[in-house]
Amino acid sequence: MADVLARPVAARSRHGWLTRIDPRFRVVAAVAFAVVAVALSSITALVAAMALALALMGAARLPAGPTLKRMAAVDGFIILLVLMLPFTTPGVAAFSIGPLVASWAGIWTAVEIALTANAVILALMALVGTLEPVVMGHALHALRCPERLVQLLMFTIRYLSVLHDEYLRMRAAMRARGFRPATTRHTLRSYGYLVGMMLVRAIERSERILGAMKCRGFAGRFPMLETFRAGRADWIFAAGSALALLGLGGIGWVDAAL
Amino acid sequence: MHIVDGALSNPVVIGGAVVAAGGIAQGLRRLEMERIPTAGVLSAAFFVASLIHVPIGPSSVHLILNGLAGLVLGWAAFPALFVGLLLQAVFFGFGGLTVLGVNTVLIAGPAVAVHYMCGPFTRSVAPGRAAVAGAVAGGLSLALTGMLVALALMLTGEAFFLAAKLVILAHLPVIAVEAALTGAAVYLMAQVKPELLGAWAGARA
Repeated sequence: MADVLARPVAARSRHGWLTRIDPRFRVVAAVAFAVVAVALSSITALVAAMALALALMGAARLPAGPTLKRMAAVDGFIILLVLMLPFTTPGVAAFSIGPLVASWAGIWTAVEIALTANAVILALMALVGTLEPVVMGHALHALRCPERLVQLLMFTIRYLSVLHDEYLRMRAAMRARGFRPATTRHTLRSYGYLVGMMLVRAIERSERILGAMKCRGFAGRFPMLETFRAGRADWIFAAGSALALLGLGGIGWVDAAL
Repeated sequence: MHIVDGALSNPVVIGGAVVAAGGIAQGLRRLEMERIPTAGVLSAAFFVASLIHVPIGPSSVHLILNGLAGLVLGWAAFPALFVGLLLQAVFFGFGGLTVLGVNTVLIAGPAVAVHYMCGPFTRSVAPGRAAVAGAVAGGLSLALTGMLVALALMLTGEAFFLAAKLVILAHLPVIAVEAALTGAAVYLMAQVKPELLGAWAGARA
Protein backbone atom coordinates (compact mmCIF):
# COMPACT_ATOMS: atom_id res chain seq x y z
CA MET A 1 0.00 0.00 0.00
CA ALA A 2 1.03 3.58 0.42
CA ASP A 3 4.74 3.00 0.46
CA VAL A 4 5.52 6.67 0.98
CA LEU A 5 4.09 6.15 4.45
CA ALA A 6 5.00 2.53 4.99
CA ARG A 7 8.69 2.89 4.26
CA PRO A 8 9.65 4.93 7.32
CA VAL A 9 8.62 2.77 10.23
CA ALA A 10 5.96 0.19 9.63
CA ALA A 11 7.78 -1.73 6.94
CA ARG A 12 10.73 -2.22 9.23
CA SER A 13 8.68 -3.44 12.16
CA ARG A 14 9.30 -7.13 12.67
CA HIS A 15 6.06 -8.07 14.36
CA GLY A 16 6.52 -7.82 18.10
CA TRP A 17 3.58 -8.76 20.32
CA LEU A 18 2.39 -5.16 20.23
CA THR A 19 1.68 -5.40 16.51
CA ARG A 20 -0.86 -8.16 17.21
CA ILE A 21 -2.96 -6.01 19.56
CA ASP A 22 -6.30 -4.71 18.27
CA PRO A 23 -5.62 -1.48 16.32
CA ARG A 24 -8.50 0.32 18.06
CA PHE A 25 -6.92 -0.28 21.45
CA ARG A 26 -3.58 0.97 20.17
CA VAL A 27 -5.05 4.19 18.86
CA VAL A 28 -6.85 4.85 22.13
CA ALA A 29 -3.74 3.98 24.14
CA ALA A 30 -1.63 6.39 22.07
CA VAL A 31 -4.06 9.26 22.63
CA ALA A 32 -4.32 8.51 26.36
CA PHE A 33 -0.54 8.34 26.65
CA ALA A 34 -0.18 11.71 24.90
CA VAL A 35 -2.73 13.40 27.15
CA VAL A 36 -1.12 12.02 30.32
CA ALA A 37 2.41 12.88 29.17
CA VAL A 38 1.43 16.44 28.32
CA ALA A 39 -0.31 16.83 31.69
CA LEU A 40 2.78 15.67 33.62
CA SER A 41 5.23 18.27 34.80
CA SER A 42 7.43 16.17 37.07
CA ILE A 43 10.76 15.28 35.49
CA THR A 44 10.80 11.90 37.30
CA ALA A 45 7.39 11.02 35.87
CA LEU A 46 8.43 12.17 32.39
CA VAL A 47 11.56 10.03 32.55
CA ALA A 48 9.28 7.11 33.45
CA ALA A 49 7.02 8.02 30.49
CA MET A 50 10.05 8.03 28.21
CA ALA A 51 11.03 4.61 29.55
CA LEU A 52 7.51 3.37 28.85
CA ALA A 53 7.68 4.70 25.29
CA LEU A 54 11.03 2.95 24.80
CA ALA A 55 9.49 -0.27 26.11
CA LEU A 56 6.65 0.13 23.57
CA MET A 57 9.22 0.60 20.83
CA GLY A 58 10.80 -2.69 21.92
CA ALA A 59 7.43 -4.43 22.10
CA ALA A 60 6.70 -3.37 18.51
CA ARG A 61 10.21 -4.59 17.55
CA LEU A 62 10.96 -1.31 15.89
CA PRO A 63 14.63 -0.97 14.98
CA ALA A 64 16.04 1.35 17.65
CA GLY A 65 18.48 3.37 15.53
CA PRO A 66 16.26 4.66 12.70
CA THR A 67 13.25 5.02 15.00
CA LEU A 68 15.05 7.15 17.56
CA LYS A 69 16.57 9.27 14.81
CA ARG A 70 13.11 9.85 13.41
CA MET A 71 11.79 10.69 16.87
CA ALA A 72 14.50 13.27 17.46
CA ALA A 73 14.12 14.89 14.03
CA VAL A 74 12.17 18.07 14.67
CA ASP A 75 12.11 21.47 13.08
CA GLY A 76 15.27 23.45 13.69
CA PHE A 77 12.98 26.11 15.05
CA ILE A 78 11.81 23.87 17.90
CA ILE A 79 15.41 23.06 18.83
CA LEU A 80 16.19 26.77 18.88
CA LEU A 81 13.13 27.43 21.00
CA VAL A 82 14.11 24.83 23.58
CA LEU A 83 17.73 26.00 23.62
CA MET A 84 16.63 29.60 24.20
CA LEU A 85 14.33 28.80 27.10
CA PRO A 86 17.00 28.67 29.84
CA PHE A 87 18.09 32.18 28.90
CA THR A 88 14.64 33.75 28.67
CA THR A 89 13.12 32.23 31.81
CA PRO A 90 13.78 34.24 34.96
CA GLY A 91 15.11 32.34 37.98
CA VAL A 92 18.22 31.33 39.91
CA ALA A 93 21.24 31.51 37.62
CA ALA A 94 22.82 28.19 36.65
CA PHE A 95 25.59 29.36 34.32
CA SER A 96 26.23 32.16 31.91
CA ILE A 97 27.64 32.57 28.43
CA GLY A 98 28.92 36.13 28.12
CA PRO A 99 26.01 38.41 28.98
CA LEU A 100 23.47 35.56 28.73
CA VAL A 101 22.41 33.99 31.99
CA ALA A 102 20.75 30.59 32.05
CA SER A 103 18.30 29.90 34.87
CA TRP A 104 17.60 26.54 36.48
CA ALA A 105 13.87 27.04 36.00
CA GLY A 106 14.42 27.52 32.27
CA ILE A 107 16.66 24.49 31.99
CA TRP A 108 14.05 22.30 33.67
CA THR A 109 11.28 23.62 31.43
CA ALA A 110 13.40 22.87 28.36
CA VAL A 111 14.12 19.34 29.60
CA GLU A 112 10.42 18.88 30.34
CA ILE A 113 9.40 19.88 26.80
CA ALA A 114 12.06 17.71 25.21
CA LEU A 115 11.03 14.65 27.25
CA THR A 116 7.31 15.13 26.62
CA ALA A 117 7.63 15.72 22.89
CA ASN A 118 9.92 12.75 22.32
CA ALA A 119 8.02 10.33 24.57
CA VAL A 120 4.70 11.12 22.88
CA ILE A 121 6.00 10.85 19.34
CA LEU A 122 7.86 7.62 20.12
CA ALA A 123 4.79 6.02 21.70
CA LEU A 124 2.69 7.17 18.74
CA MET A 125 5.08 5.65 16.23
CA ALA A 126 5.24 2.37 18.19
CA LEU A 127 1.50 2.05 18.79
CA VAL A 128 -0.06 3.51 15.63
CA GLY A 129 2.83 4.01 13.20
CA THR A 130 3.29 0.22 12.99
CA LEU A 131 -0.22 -0.18 11.57
CA GLU A 132 -0.86 -0.41 7.86
CA PRO A 133 -2.14 3.09 7.04
CA VAL A 134 -5.41 1.61 5.75
CA VAL A 135 -5.91 -0.32 8.97
CA MET A 136 -5.46 2.92 10.90
CA GLY A 137 -8.31 4.34 8.80
CA HIS A 138 -10.48 1.34 9.64
CA ALA A 139 -9.65 1.67 13.33
CA LEU A 140 -10.59 5.36 13.30
CA HIS A 141 -13.83 4.44 11.56
CA ALA A 142 -14.55 1.80 14.21
CA LEU A 143 -13.85 4.46 16.86
CA ARG A 144 -16.63 6.59 15.36
CA CYS A 145 -14.56 9.25 13.67
CA PRO A 146 -16.71 11.26 11.23
CA GLU A 147 -17.29 9.08 8.17
CA ARG A 148 -16.32 11.71 5.62
CA LEU A 149 -13.09 12.46 7.44
CA VAL A 150 -12.18 8.78 7.39
CA GLN A 151 -13.04 8.57 3.68
CA LEU A 152 -10.86 11.59 3.00
CA LEU A 153 -8.05 9.95 4.97
CA MET A 154 -8.45 6.70 3.04
CA PHE A 155 -8.34 8.49 -0.32
CA THR A 156 -5.27 10.42 0.74
CA ILE A 157 -3.52 7.24 1.84
CA ARG A 158 -4.57 5.41 -1.31
CA TYR A 159 -3.27 8.05 -3.70
CA LEU A 160 -0.17 9.21 -1.83
CA SER A 161 2.12 6.70 -3.45
CA VAL A 162 0.47 7.17 -6.87
CA LEU A 163 1.07 10.91 -6.74
CA HIS A 164 4.52 10.47 -5.27
CA ASP A 165 5.45 8.26 -8.22
CA GLU A 166 4.02 10.88 -10.58
CA TYR A 167 6.06 13.54 -8.81
CA LEU A 168 9.23 11.46 -9.19
CA ARG A 169 8.51 10.94 -12.89
CA MET A 170 8.14 14.68 -13.40
CA ARG A 171 11.32 15.32 -11.45
CA ALA A 172 13.13 12.79 -13.62
CA ALA A 173 11.83 14.57 -16.71
CA MET A 174 13.10 17.89 -15.34
CA ARG A 175 16.49 16.37 -14.64
CA ALA A 176 16.60 14.96 -18.14
CA ARG A 177 16.14 18.49 -19.46
CA GLY A 178 19.08 19.63 -17.38
CA PHE A 179 17.24 21.23 -14.45
CA ARG A 180 19.30 21.75 -11.32
CA PRO A 181 17.73 23.37 -8.24
CA ALA A 182 19.48 26.50 -6.99
CA THR A 183 18.52 29.75 -5.31
CA THR A 184 17.22 31.33 -8.48
CA ARG A 185 13.96 32.66 -9.82
CA HIS A 186 14.12 30.00 -12.47
CA THR A 187 14.08 27.28 -9.81
CA LEU A 188 11.09 28.81 -8.06
CA ARG A 189 9.18 29.17 -11.31
CA SER A 190 9.99 25.60 -12.36
CA TYR A 191 8.91 24.24 -8.98
CA GLY A 192 5.77 26.33 -9.17
CA TYR A 193 4.90 24.85 -12.56
CA LEU A 194 5.73 21.41 -11.19
CA VAL A 195 3.30 21.84 -8.29
CA GLY A 196 0.66 23.37 -10.55
CA MET A 197 0.99 20.50 -13.01
CA MET A 198 0.78 17.99 -10.16
CA LEU A 199 -2.51 19.55 -9.07
CA VAL A 200 -3.86 19.61 -12.62
CA ARG A 201 -3.04 15.96 -13.08
CA ALA A 202 -4.40 15.16 -9.61
CA ILE A 203 -7.77 16.69 -10.32
CA GLU A 204 -8.00 15.03 -13.73
CA ARG A 205 -7.12 11.73 -12.14
CA SER A 206 -9.79 12.25 -9.50
CA GLU A 207 -12.39 12.82 -12.21
CA ARG A 208 -11.52 9.44 -13.70
CA ILE A 209 -11.60 7.86 -10.23
CA LEU A 210 -15.03 9.25 -9.50
CA GLY A 211 -16.30 8.07 -12.88
CA ALA A 212 -14.97 4.57 -12.26
CA MET A 213 -16.43 4.52 -8.76
CA LYS A 214 -19.84 5.60 -9.99
CA CYS A 215 -19.69 2.85 -12.60
CA ARG A 216 -19.36 0.41 -9.76
CA GLY A 217 -22.30 1.91 -7.92
CA PHE A 218 -20.54 4.09 -5.34
CA ALA A 219 -23.14 5.97 -3.34
CA GLY A 220 -21.11 7.64 -0.65
CA ARG A 221 -20.23 4.71 1.58
CA PHE A 222 -17.45 2.17 1.60
CA PRO A 223 -18.18 -1.24 2.96
CA MET A 224 -15.51 -1.54 5.66
CA LEU A 225 -14.39 -5.11 5.32
CA GLU A 226 -12.22 -5.06 8.39
CA THR A 227 -14.10 -5.97 11.55
CA PHE A 228 -12.21 -5.86 14.78
CA ARG A 229 -12.83 -8.27 17.58
CA ALA A 230 -11.16 -7.68 20.91
CA GLY A 231 -9.71 -10.80 22.49
CA ARG A 232 -8.21 -11.52 25.90
CA ALA A 233 -4.78 -10.23 24.96
CA ASP A 234 -6.34 -6.91 23.91
CA TRP A 235 -8.12 -6.43 27.23
CA ILE A 236 -4.96 -7.38 29.13
CA PHE A 237 -3.14 -4.74 27.05
CA ALA A 238 -5.86 -2.20 27.87
CA ALA A 239 -5.68 -2.96 31.59
CA GLY A 240 -1.88 -2.84 31.51
CA SER A 241 -1.92 0.52 29.69
CA ALA A 242 -4.41 1.96 32.14
CA LEU A 243 -2.29 0.81 35.08
CA ALA A 244 0.89 2.19 33.51
CA LEU A 245 -0.74 5.57 32.89
CA LEU A 246 -2.14 5.65 36.43
CA GLY A 247 1.37 4.82 37.62
CA LEU A 248 2.78 7.78 35.67
CA GLY A 249 0.13 10.03 37.17
CA GLY A 250 0.97 8.66 40.62
CA ILE A 251 4.67 9.38 40.23
CA GLY A 252 3.83 12.89 39.11
CA TRP A 253 1.53 13.41 42.07
CA VAL A 254 4.02 12.09 44.63
CA ASP A 255 6.80 14.16 43.07
CA ALA A 256 4.65 17.30 43.29
CA ALA A 257 3.70 16.57 46.90
CA LEU A 258 7.31 16.16 48.04
CA MET B 1 5.53 24.10 10.77
CA HIS B 2 5.31 21.42 13.40
CA ILE B 3 4.97 22.47 17.01
CA VAL B 4 5.69 19.56 19.35
CA ASP B 5 3.78 18.17 22.32
CA GLY B 6 4.43 19.78 25.68
CA ALA B 7 5.69 23.13 24.36
CA LEU B 8 2.46 25.12 24.54
CA SER B 9 0.26 25.82 27.54
CA ASN B 10 -2.91 23.81 28.03
CA PRO B 11 -5.35 26.62 27.18
CA VAL B 12 -3.59 27.18 23.84
CA VAL B 13 -3.63 23.46 23.04
CA ILE B 14 -7.29 23.05 23.96
CA GLY B 15 -8.29 26.25 22.19
CA GLY B 16 -6.46 25.08 19.07
CA ALA B 17 -8.22 21.71 19.18
CA VAL B 18 -11.64 23.34 19.48
CA VAL B 19 -11.04 25.75 16.59
CA ALA B 20 -9.60 22.94 14.47
CA ALA B 21 -12.61 20.73 15.15
CA GLY B 22 -14.90 23.57 14.08
CA GLY B 23 -12.92 24.19 10.90
CA ILE B 24 -12.81 20.50 10.03
CA ALA B 25 -16.56 20.16 10.59
CA GLN B 26 -17.16 23.21 8.40
CA GLY B 27 -14.91 21.76 5.69
CA LEU B 28 -16.55 18.34 5.81
CA ARG B 29 -20.02 19.86 5.58
CA ARG B 30 -19.07 21.29 2.21
CA LEU B 31 -17.62 18.03 0.96
CA GLU B 32 -20.47 16.11 -0.59
CA MET B 33 -19.91 12.56 -1.63
CA GLU B 34 -18.91 13.56 -5.17
CA ARG B 35 -16.11 15.80 -3.93
CA ILE B 36 -14.44 13.42 -1.53
CA PRO B 37 -12.28 11.60 -4.11
CA THR B 38 -11.04 14.92 -5.49
CA ALA B 39 -10.35 16.32 -2.04
CA GLY B 40 -8.49 13.14 -1.12
CA VAL B 41 -6.34 13.14 -4.25
CA LEU B 42 -5.58 16.87 -3.82
CA SER B 43 -4.76 16.30 -0.16
CA ALA B 44 -2.30 13.62 -1.25
CA ALA B 45 -0.88 16.03 -3.85
CA PHE B 46 -0.25 18.69 -1.20
CA PHE B 47 1.35 16.07 1.03
CA VAL B 48 3.73 15.12 -1.78
CA ALA B 49 4.40 18.80 -2.57
CA SER B 50 5.45 19.33 1.05
CA LEU B 51 8.28 16.86 0.43
CA ILE B 52 9.84 19.26 -2.10
CA HIS B 53 12.85 21.08 -0.70
CA VAL B 54 13.76 24.45 -2.17
CA PRO B 55 17.38 25.47 -1.77
CA ILE B 56 17.98 28.79 -0.03
CA GLY B 57 21.68 29.52 -0.10
CA PRO B 58 23.48 26.67 1.69
CA SER B 59 20.29 25.51 3.41
CA SER B 60 16.86 24.51 2.16
CA VAL B 61 13.23 24.81 3.19
CA HIS B 62 10.41 22.43 2.53
CA LEU B 63 7.22 23.74 1.02
CA ILE B 64 4.03 24.22 3.00
CA LEU B 65 1.87 25.68 0.23
CA ASN B 66 -1.07 26.36 2.52
CA GLY B 67 -1.98 29.41 0.45
CA LEU B 68 -2.31 27.29 -2.67
CA ALA B 69 -4.26 24.69 -0.69
CA GLY B 70 -6.67 27.41 0.39
CA LEU B 71 -7.11 28.70 -3.17
CA VAL B 72 -7.81 25.24 -4.53
CA LEU B 73 -9.67 23.61 -1.64
CA GLY B 74 -11.44 26.45 0.18
CA TRP B 75 -12.81 25.26 3.52
CA ALA B 76 -11.91 21.69 2.58
CA ALA B 77 -8.31 22.76 3.27
CA PHE B 78 -9.07 22.22 6.98
CA PRO B 79 -9.80 18.49 6.84
CA ALA B 80 -7.30 17.94 4.00
CA LEU B 81 -4.38 19.56 5.83
CA PHE B 82 -5.42 17.90 9.10
CA VAL B 83 -5.18 14.51 7.39
CA GLY B 84 -1.71 15.43 6.13
CA LEU B 85 -0.54 16.48 9.59
CA LEU B 86 -2.00 13.33 11.15
CA LEU B 87 -0.15 11.11 8.68
CA GLN B 88 3.08 13.04 9.21
CA ALA B 89 2.85 12.68 12.99
CA VAL B 90 1.99 8.98 12.96
CA PHE B 91 4.24 7.73 10.18
CA PHE B 92 7.06 10.28 10.06
CA GLY B 93 7.23 11.35 13.71
CA PHE B 94 6.87 15.07 12.84
CA GLY B 95 4.97 17.32 15.22
CA GLY B 96 2.85 15.71 17.90
CA LEU B 97 -0.51 14.33 18.85
CA THR B 98 -2.09 16.72 21.33
CA VAL B 99 -0.87 19.67 19.25
CA LEU B 100 -2.53 18.37 16.07
CA GLY B 101 -5.37 20.83 16.57
CA VAL B 102 -3.05 23.81 17.03
CA ASN B 103 -0.91 22.81 14.07
CA THR B 104 -4.01 22.40 11.89
CA VAL B 105 -5.24 25.88 12.80
CA LEU B 106 -1.78 27.41 12.19
CA ILE B 107 -1.74 26.06 8.64
CA ALA B 108 -5.37 25.73 7.56
CA GLY B 109 -6.63 28.93 9.16
CA PRO B 110 -4.54 31.18 6.88
CA ALA B 111 -5.44 28.91 3.94
CA VAL B 112 -9.12 29.66 4.38
CA ALA B 113 -8.36 33.34 4.99
CA VAL B 114 -6.56 33.75 1.65
CA HIS B 115 -9.26 31.71 -0.04
CA TYR B 116 -11.63 34.56 0.74
CA MET B 117 -9.16 37.44 0.38
CA CYS B 118 -7.27 36.45 -2.79
CA GLY B 119 -9.40 33.67 -4.25
CA PRO B 120 -11.71 35.90 -6.31
CA PHE B 121 -8.73 37.61 -7.97
CA THR B 122 -7.13 34.32 -9.04
CA ARG B 123 -10.21 33.69 -11.16
CA SER B 124 -9.19 36.61 -13.37
CA VAL B 125 -9.26 35.87 -17.09
CA ALA B 126 -5.71 37.16 -17.48
CA PRO B 127 -3.28 34.50 -16.20
CA GLY B 128 -0.76 37.22 -15.32
CA ARG B 129 -3.20 38.90 -12.99
CA ALA B 130 -4.22 35.55 -11.50
CA ALA B 131 -0.54 34.83 -10.86
CA VAL B 132 -0.09 38.08 -8.94
CA ALA B 133 -3.10 37.24 -6.78
CA GLY B 134 -1.65 33.77 -6.31
CA ALA B 135 1.71 35.16 -5.22
CA VAL B 136 0.00 37.46 -2.73
CA ALA B 137 -2.01 34.50 -1.42
CA GLY B 138 1.10 32.34 -1.09
CA GLY B 139 3.07 34.98 0.78
CA LEU B 140 0.20 36.22 2.90
CA SER B 141 -0.84 32.78 4.11
CA LEU B 142 2.70 32.02 5.28
CA ALA B 143 2.95 35.42 6.95
CA LEU B 144 -0.31 34.71 8.76
CA THR B 145 0.98 31.29 9.79
CA GLY B 146 4.12 32.90 11.19
CA MET B 147 2.04 35.39 13.14
CA LEU B 148 -0.24 32.67 14.50
CA VAL B 149 2.79 30.63 15.62
CA ALA B 150 4.16 33.72 17.36
CA LEU B 151 0.77 34.33 18.94
CA ALA B 152 0.52 30.73 20.19
CA LEU B 153 3.98 31.10 21.75
CA MET B 154 3.24 34.46 23.34
CA LEU B 155 -0.03 33.20 24.82
CA THR B 156 1.96 30.34 26.35
CA GLY B 157 4.36 32.50 28.34
CA GLU B 158 6.74 35.40 28.52
CA ALA B 159 9.73 33.09 28.22
CA PHE B 160 8.69 32.53 24.61
CA PHE B 161 8.59 36.19 23.55
CA LEU B 162 12.07 36.09 22.05
CA ALA B 163 11.28 32.86 20.24
CA ALA B 164 8.08 34.42 18.91
CA LYS B 165 10.04 37.30 17.39
CA LEU B 166 12.54 34.89 15.84
CA VAL B 167 9.69 32.89 14.32
CA ILE B 168 8.54 35.92 12.39
CA LEU B 169 12.09 36.55 11.17
CA ALA B 170 12.59 32.90 10.22
CA HIS B 171 9.42 33.01 8.14
CA LEU B 172 10.60 35.87 5.91
CA PRO B 173 12.64 33.84 3.41
CA VAL B 174 9.97 31.14 3.34
CA ILE B 175 7.34 33.78 2.61
CA ALA B 176 9.31 34.95 -0.43
CA VAL B 177 9.80 31.40 -1.69
CA GLU B 178 6.17 30.40 -1.27
CA ALA B 179 4.91 33.63 -2.83
CA ALA B 180 6.99 33.17 -5.98
CA LEU B 181 6.18 29.49 -6.21
CA THR B 182 2.45 29.88 -5.62
CA GLY B 183 2.35 32.65 -8.20
CA ALA B 184 3.94 30.38 -10.80
CA ALA B 185 1.65 27.48 -9.90
CA VAL B 186 -1.45 29.69 -10.21
CA TYR B 187 -0.18 31.06 -13.53
CA LEU B 188 0.03 27.54 -14.90
CA MET B 189 -3.30 26.46 -13.48
CA ALA B 190 -5.06 29.57 -14.79
CA GLN B 191 -3.91 28.64 -18.28
CA VAL B 192 -4.27 24.87 -18.16
CA LYS B 193 -7.15 24.18 -15.81
CA PRO B 194 -8.88 27.30 -14.52
CA GLU B 195 -11.55 25.17 -12.82
CA LEU B 196 -8.95 24.32 -10.20
CA LEU B 197 -9.10 27.89 -8.99
CA GLY B 198 -12.55 28.30 -7.65
CA ALA B 199 -15.04 26.33 -9.65
CA TRP B 200 -14.08 23.28 -7.68
CA ALA B 201 -13.39 24.69 -4.23
CA GLY B 202 -16.71 26.37 -4.69
CA ALA B 203 -16.63 29.97 -3.69
CA ARG B 204 -20.18 28.72 -3.25
CA ALA B 205 -20.49 29.69 0.38
